[in-house]
Formats: sequence, C-alpha cells, structure tokens
Amino acid sequence: MALFVSKKNILLISVTIAFLTIMVRLFNVQIIEDKYRINAENNALKYKINYPARGRILDRNGGILVDNKLIYDIEVVPVDVKPFDTLALCKLFQIDESFVKERFEQYSRNRSLRYNSVSFLKQVSSEMYNNFAEKSYLFHGFDAVVRTARSYPINSGGNLLGYISEVDQDFLDNNEGYSMGDFAGKTGMEMAFEDRLKGEKGYDIYLRDVNNRILEPYEDGMYDKEAVEGIDVVSTIDMNLQAYGQHLMENKVGSVVAIEPATGEILAMVSSPGIDVSQLAEINKYYSTLITDPYKPMFNRAVQSAQPPGSVFKIVNGLIGLQEGVLTPETKYPCHSGYSVGKIKVGCHSHTSPIDMYQSLMMSCNAYYCYVFRDIIDNPKYESVSDAFDAWREYVMSFGFGTKLGTDIPYELAGNVPSRATYDKLHGENRWKSLSIISLAIGQGELGCTPLHLANLCATVANRGYYITPHYVKYNADGVVDSAYTIKHYTKVDPKYFPDVVEGMRRAVHGGPGGTARSVEIPGIEMCAKTGTAQNPHGDDHSVFICFAPKDNPKIAIAAYVENGGFGATWAAPIASLMVEKYLKGEISPDRQYMEQNMIESNLLNKVRVSR
Amino acid sequence: MAGKSIYRKYDWPLILSYVALLVFGWLNVYSSIHTDTSSLLNMPEPYNNHPIWICTALFVASLILFIIPSRIYEGFSWLFYVGIAGLLLVTTFIGTDINGSKSWLTFGGFAIQPAEFSKITTSLALATLMSKYGFNIKYPRNWIRAFATIGLPMLLILLEKETGSMLVYLGFLLLFYREGMSGWLLLAGLFSILTFILCLVASPFVAMLVLLGCFILIYFFHYKMEMKGIIITIITIFALSFLPKILLMDFIVTINPFKPEVWVALITVAIVLFLLFRNYIQKKRDAFARNILVMYLAFTSFIFSVEFIFHNVLQDHQRSRIEVVLGIKDDPKGIGYNVHQSLIAIGSGGFSGKGYLQGTQTRLNFVPEQTTDFIFCTVGEEWGFLGALAILGIYFFMLCRIINRAEKNSDNFTRIYGYCVACCLLTHIVINISMTIGMMPVIGIPLPFISYGGSSLIAFTILLFIFIRLDFDQWKYLKQ
Repeated sequence: MALFVSKKNILLISVTIAFLTIMVRLFNVQIIEDKYRINAENNALKYKINYPARGRILDRNGGILVDNKLIYDIEVVPVDVKPFDTLALCKLFQIDESFVKERFEQYSRNRSLRYNSVSFLKQVSSEMYNNFAEKSYLFHGFDAVVRTARSYPINSGGNLLGYISEVDQDFLDNNEGYSMGDFAGKTGMEMAFEDRLKGEKGYDIYLRDVNNRILEPYEDGMYDKEAVEGIDVVSTIDMNLQAYGQHLMENKVGSVVAIEPATGEILAMVSSPGIDVSQLAEINKYYSTLITDPYKPMFNRAVQSAQPPGSVFKIVNGLIGLQEGVLTPETKYPCHSGYSVGKIKVGCHSHTSPIDMYQSLMMSCNAYYCYVFRDIIDNPKYESVSDAFDAWREYVMSFGFGTKLGTDIPYELAGNVPSRATYDKLHGENRWKSLSIISLAIGQGELGCTPLHLANLCATVANRGYYITPHYVKYNADGVVDSAYTIKHYTKVDPKYFPDVVEGMRRAVHGGPGGTARSVEIPGIEMCAKTGTAQNPHGDDHSVFICFAPKDNPKIAIAAYVENGGFGATWAAPIASLMVEKYLKGEISPDRQYMEQNMIESNLLNKVRVSR
Repeated sequence: MAGKSIYRKYDWPLILSYVALLVFGWLNVYSSIHTDTSSLLNMPEPYNNHPIWICTALFVASLILFIIPSRIYEGFSWLFYVGIAGLLLVTTFIGTDINGSKSWLTFGGFAIQPAEFSKITTSLALATLMSKYGFNIKYPRNWIRAFATIGLPMLLILLEKETGSMLVYLGFLLLFYREGMSGWLLLAGLFSILTFILCLVASPFVAMLVLLGCFILIYFFHYKMEMKGIIITIITIFALSFLPKILLMDFIVTINPFKPEVWVALITVAIVLFLLFRNYIQKKRDAFARNILVMYLAFTSFIFSVEFIFHNVLQDHQRSRIEVVLGIKDDPKGIGYNVHQSLIAIGSGGFSGKGYLQGTQTRLNFVPEQTTDFIFCTVGEEWGFLGALAILGIYFFMLCRIINRAEKNSDNFTRIYGYCVACCLLTHIVINISMTIGMMPVIGIPLPFISYGGSSLIAFTILLFIFIRLDFDQWKYLKQ
C-alpha cells in the first residue's frame, strides 16, 4: 500500500473527520434547519389524539341498529394544574370532592403520570362539556377530548349486537394497536367484527408554550395523522322483526331464530331474557346485575343452549326412512295411544288409526316414528344394529346436527348426536338394539341441538334438501357476500323425498281436524309447520315449534323454543306464527290480535327453575 | 531539579480538560433534574449521591497519580483481566435486571456495572500482550490472541444483553490498525457502513458530502499537504451545505432538474475522471492516486444504489427492522420517538442556547434518559451550538493529546495503552453524540465524564489517569 502518511496521522484524520461530521450535523440541526429551530418558549409538542367514529351496525334494509353519539372525556396534565376552585369543578361535573382528591393523590403517587395527559373523568355528556368549556380558563391543565359512544335508536338485538368497553391490561397484551383508555367490542357483533368497526386513531400535533397553551399546529400539521372512521357492518337482521320477537318473548325463557332459507341470512335471533340496549350503552353500570341475574341474560340461548329437539325431529327420521326405502308416504301404521313392546312403552295422544306418513307428521304420532325408526335401525341391509345406527347418524349429521354450523356468531355450540360409542359404553358392545334407543325416534334421549340447528333444519326442508350456513352479517370485509355463504350444503337425503315431508307439515296447519298447528293458521298464508314437546326431567316440558312460509318459495323459516312452556302448540307455535305474519304481511290480522296480546302479556318466568 | 517541582511533569492540560468536563457534566446533570428546592450539592433523589461520586472520582484519580505504583499495571494486567471477566460472568447470573439487561451487581446500597471496568482491564491486557517483544499483529498466532482478548469481554457483555457496551470494543480495531493491521479493509468496511447509514438516516446528500470530505482529506494528506487539505475540505463542505437551500430558491427550483446530491456527484465525478485521464495521458505510475480515485467512483455509485438496495433488494421485514433500528420509521413509543424528542431539544438550543437551567425539553421529561445516555441534549438545548462545540473541542483536544503523548512515548506498553484509552473514549463520544443527533441508531452508552452514573465515571477516570501516570513516569525517568 503506497500510503506515506503515518498511521498515527491517519487515526488523527479519522478523529477529525468524525468530529467534523458531528459538527456539520449539529450546525445543520441547531442553525440551518427550521424544523428544530423552534422558539425557546414554544417548543413543547402536544399530541392530541383524534378518536375515529366507530362503524355503525345496520340492519338488512339499511335501518340503524347501532349509531354513535358524541361524548367527552375530561383529561388533566397534573403538573400544569394550578390551584382551582374544587367546589366549582365538582358542581360542574356533579362529582364529589373526595373523587377529585382521590384522583390527585393517584397522580402524585405515580411520578410518570405528572407530565402526561391523564384521564380525569370519562364519558361526560355534551351538556356538561359545554358548561365546562365556558369556564375552562378557571381550570388550568384540564382539557376535554371528544370521543364517540354507542347509541341505539331501536331496542332490537341487544345480545346479538354485543357491547364495547374499555380495554384492560390483558386485552392490551394480546392485541396490537390499542392503548389504555381505548374501547373495544367484547361480545356479539361488536366483538366479532371489531377489526372492521374500530377504525384507526389519528392525532394532531400542536406546539404549546410553557403555560401549556396550545399555540399552533406543529409544522402546519405536516406530521398529523387523520383518524380513519370504522366501516359500517351490514347485518342480515330485520330490526323490526327482531324487536317484535323480543317483545313477544318478554317474560319467557327461550329463543327464536328466523332464517331466510334461500340465502341462510338470519332475520332475527331472539334470546330471552336478553340484554336491553339501554343496558348495553352503560354496560359498566349494569354489568354486575346482568352477570348475577339467575335467568342469565348475557347467555345467547339461540346458539349456546343445546336441548333435545322433541317431535320436530320426526321430520328427520321420516326423511331417513324414505331415503333408506323402509318407508313410503303411503305406509300405514296403527297407534293406540302409544307404542309398546314388552316393558317399553312410548305414549301418544289419541288420534285416528291407522295413519300414513302425511298424517303422522300432521298429528305428530309417536308410535308411527317408533315403527319407522326400528325399521331404519333393524334394516337387514346392514350387518348389525351398530352399522345401521352409524348410517342413521351420518344422515342426521348431514343436516348440521352435532356440528358447529360455522356461522359468524361467537361461541356457537356444536350440540350432540350420540355415537355408537355412547351406547356401547351405556349398554355394552353389541348389547343394545333399536328398542334400547327408541327415544331417538321422537327426538328425545341423548340428542342435543340448539335453536339455531332447528331453524337450520326448517330452512333445509323449506329449500327441499339443502341449507346455506346461517349468518348474521351480510358482507365480508371486501363488501361482498362471503363465498362460504353461497355454498349449498345438501343433506344425504335425496331432495326428491322432501316434498312429501313438506306436505305433511302443510297438513299440520291446513289439514283439518287433528292437525297439531291448526290453531296458528294465518289467513292468506300457506304455512308448513311441525310442533314439538321436548320432555324435560327438571320441570314442565319445553315448547318447540318450527315452521316456514309460504310453502312455495319460502321467505322465512323459524324455530321457536320456549322453555317449560308445555306443548309446542301452546307457546312456541303462536309466537313463531305471529312473527311469520308480521314479516310477510307487516301486520297482524284482527282475528289473531287476541293471540298477540295473550303472548305479550303472559309470564312464564315462575315456571322456570333457576339454578344459582 | 531545584525549585521546579516534579509535579510539573504531569500532563496538566489533560488533567484540566478532565476536570472541566467533570464540572460541566455536574452542572448539566443538575440542570436536567433540578427542582425548586434543590441545589448543586443537594440534588433530588435519586441523584443526591452524584456529588459524592464526583469526589470519589477525584480521589481515585489522585490515588493513581500519586500513590499507586505504576508497575502493577503491566505486572498484574492479566490478573485484573481475569478478575473482571469473572465478575462479568457472575453478573450474567446474579446481576440485577434493569431495563432488560442484567449488567448491574448490587452490594448493599451500591450498584456497579462490571462492564464499565472491563474496558480498563481489556486495555491493560491488550497493552501487555501487544507490547511483548516480537509481537506482530500480521501473524495469525498473534492477531488471533489480540482478537480473543477483546472477544471474551464482548461475549460476556453480550450475555448480559448490553449490546451497546459491546460495540464499544470494536473501537480497539483502530488500535490494531495502528499496530500494523492493514487499513484498506477497515476503511472500506467502515465507509460502506457509514455511507449506508448516512444515506438512510440523513440523506444521500449528507452521505455524498461526508464521502467527498473524506476523500479530499485522504488525497491531500497523502501528498503531505495537510493544512491545504483541511482548509479545502472545510471550505468545500461548508459551501456545499448551502446547496439544498440555493436549489430551493424560487427562481432555481422551477428549472432545476436534479437533486442536490446528483449535482455534487456530477461535478466531482467529472473532476475525478479528468484526474484519472490526466494520469493516464501523463503516464504517471501513481498507483495511490488511481486507487483512491477509483474508490471514490465506487463509493459514489454505492451511495446511489443504497436506495435501490434498500427498497428493491431487501425484504419488507428486513427493511422495517433496519428502519426501526435507525429510527427512521415513525414509532412514537419506540426509538423514533426518542430521537425525535432529542433532536427537538438540541435543535431548539439554536446558536447560543436557552441559558443554564432554562431548558424545557430535557427538564419536562420529554427526552428519555436525559441524565445518562441523552445528557448531550441538555448541553445542546441550554448551551446551544457554542456549548456543543466547546464540549467537542475539549474532547478533540483530549484525544489528540492522548494520541500524541502515546506516540512520543518510548515505552511500547504505554503507547499501546494510550491508544486503547483514545479508542475507548472516541467510540463512546462518537456513538453517544451521533445517537442524540440522529446520525446513529440509539445505542445506550454514556458520554465519558459527563453522563450521570457512578460506574462509568469512576471507570473512565481510572482509564484516563492510569495513562497520565504511565506517561508521567516516562518523563520522570528521562530527567533523572
């Protein structure tokens, strides 16, 4: 290397270069650059956070289920506070003196809080804010931040909508982009669609002088960030139908699910008792009451309570019988107040005998389905009872029973369809036969399904053989219907057998004497229905009802489940039929208004045994 | 010797610079935390022991100067080295966890950072190793030993997760260079890192200026025209720093097709090509001139490709990591915030500063770590450009003084140790100040003699005063 400068001098040069570089940069930062050359007094920056408006939640017709209203948070920079009239402040915000004292003790304990803007009082109404704004010059260091809070124009869908609340430490640890004092959805749609609804926070940077007076935007707002509003979520709920359903279900325990069969869109999902929207708005105030309420209003029964389906399950067994060839619509069986073999007896109410399949559905005959079920399970086509049972189970599960349907509703339950293993364990391997499990014939026994499963069954029959996964939000984040909600899920039963079942269900309403749902016939609407009465070891039977209407091109399929309501025809059927009528006609015909009145006024709460 | 005390042989200018920095540091630490009721001697918690630390430092300095025999440093250097290494190892296990790094050892009420003291022992060990007769760093056996000597403490400090302190040891590479290691490699590596970072953190224009300055200096120094080189460099750089402003003027901005760095590149590359061509025509066999000119072309093209490499070659996550480390990405809670606030503090100082105790940025807690790693903010804010220059001047004087005295010393041990001291100080000063003015990623190391903190203050004092003592011994013996 032909370098003649001594290494010592090279090192000295390096030092010189390093120091010169620093000097040039310092010269730049301190003298040339305007950006940092701020007057000695006004150089402190204040970040003012702009909270975005949360997305609204709309109903299927564009009606507003959840809206925003302006609300104010009062913040304070403790180190800037000068002695002030505590009493005047208390009067302004209607708070106690002790509250103010406590707050300031808290600030003085935590040194790091002193120089920052910290929360003093949350969610102050605009009225209070206006009073404060007039007198803010008296309260040095206090400031107000605009936020939006939720408002609910109609009392519709409390449980479905869910609530938002202030994030806690645990939430902050697991979610990015939030900071203390932010709100996030905790249940229902607010939680499930948090990403879309929340929007993006922004901030304005201001210069402030030593007295904390805001002077001007820093760098003309070049570094400000605009808040991005949340995206509206369009639900499939019909808010009027939802509100009406809630009204009908008042003072009853149970749920109603209504689906538009062709699209799988949930029109209404009532869980009663539920949360009132006025409680949602001030969830902190009501939380402890709600959580200790013995009727569990926070619990979404429509997807979280799995119960035996009762007689409505006969539809499924009938369809399987037809598919398996052990039954034709004309097959007749006798019934003399029940079905008995040896010690085993399944009771039935009195009706004509013998009857065919249409009549069996119309009159809901237990004996008929005992025959059908035994024929399915004892079918010689299968090597053993267990194999036949496996085949039956596969049919049942193809209707969506025993699985999560894959909806967008949080905390959906799968329910239960017993398996061969269940009975092997109960009775011993190969030691059980069709008679041992005969209660499955009429939807009792080890079956567990949610009201959503029943509504889905009803929609499947209405569609004559397929269902679309039920969902309660119309579009995905891209603003189109999710591809998952366009797939037709066909059951393992050939669609050609469905019209016979539909006919049986039609006769239950319109078939004349003996029809179990005759009493809820709606003038001018051809409806198909099936009643159910789910036996309940803990008290009165549960009242179950599914129906869809009109018979051709059905627009609505409903399942209603009224706990401890007795016969399906007594409570579930009127409620479901009223909702059908309301949805299809917009009003209740005069000769059915007594029924509506009766439903609204009845109180079944005392029948429900609550566990504490 | 009558009438003239032997004490005159101590390097008083160096000692006075040290005291000046110490006092200045004290004033600034106080300024960044003072309250209505405090005074210089009665500082608020937890800084109330700062005056004690300063007295301790002065006491330790006098012990080294007047009492402790200097022979022990060479004799026991390996013992010290192994002792501190052991302490570092222990610290990784039982150290107190502060801000995610386990680098503090607590005894009773005291906490010390062994990593700070390890610089002294490593310097002593290196000096012992490299001053041995027959040591030549060009032989693999020897350079492996030298690198191992700095490698061990680096590894141990890395285990404590004190990455910043570890990087300081890279400064010893300058010593290795002085003691015979080839320079081109070091230079090329250093330059590519420097230009890369400068391009991203500052701008391609700044990188262009720095590069130009360096090459002019090297060019002129090579031809023994040092004064001319320095003057030309300063004039060129200062003239060019106004270029962006000029290009932004109303009547130019409309017709100017290029960015400022392109203008600089166009002009200089033209000159360089001319020089190369002249060399070729005149058939001069000047390999150095050719090398340096070609290297300049290479680095110029490197500057212009940084943007491309950064945006097209690197992957997203790699890019964002570099951006966060360099403090480019807007990261209001992280590193970007610190640098932003630090720059505002220093920038708001202007030419002559806001005046002592008048700073608002540092005192109002806007600047993090304002007493330790970011103490330079207080200097810049309250004392302005002048104060910052003064500090830089004192540091520059100290470094030159140490290097010169070391070079003049006939004892190899003292010379090498002197270079070690200079390297340690240089890396700390450059990294720390560059970090506060946004030229380097935030690396948490203190500013020597100024930052608050007992361990670093005492350690730097010992480091410096051992050299002053060794240096003094030499002259003492010469006269006797």
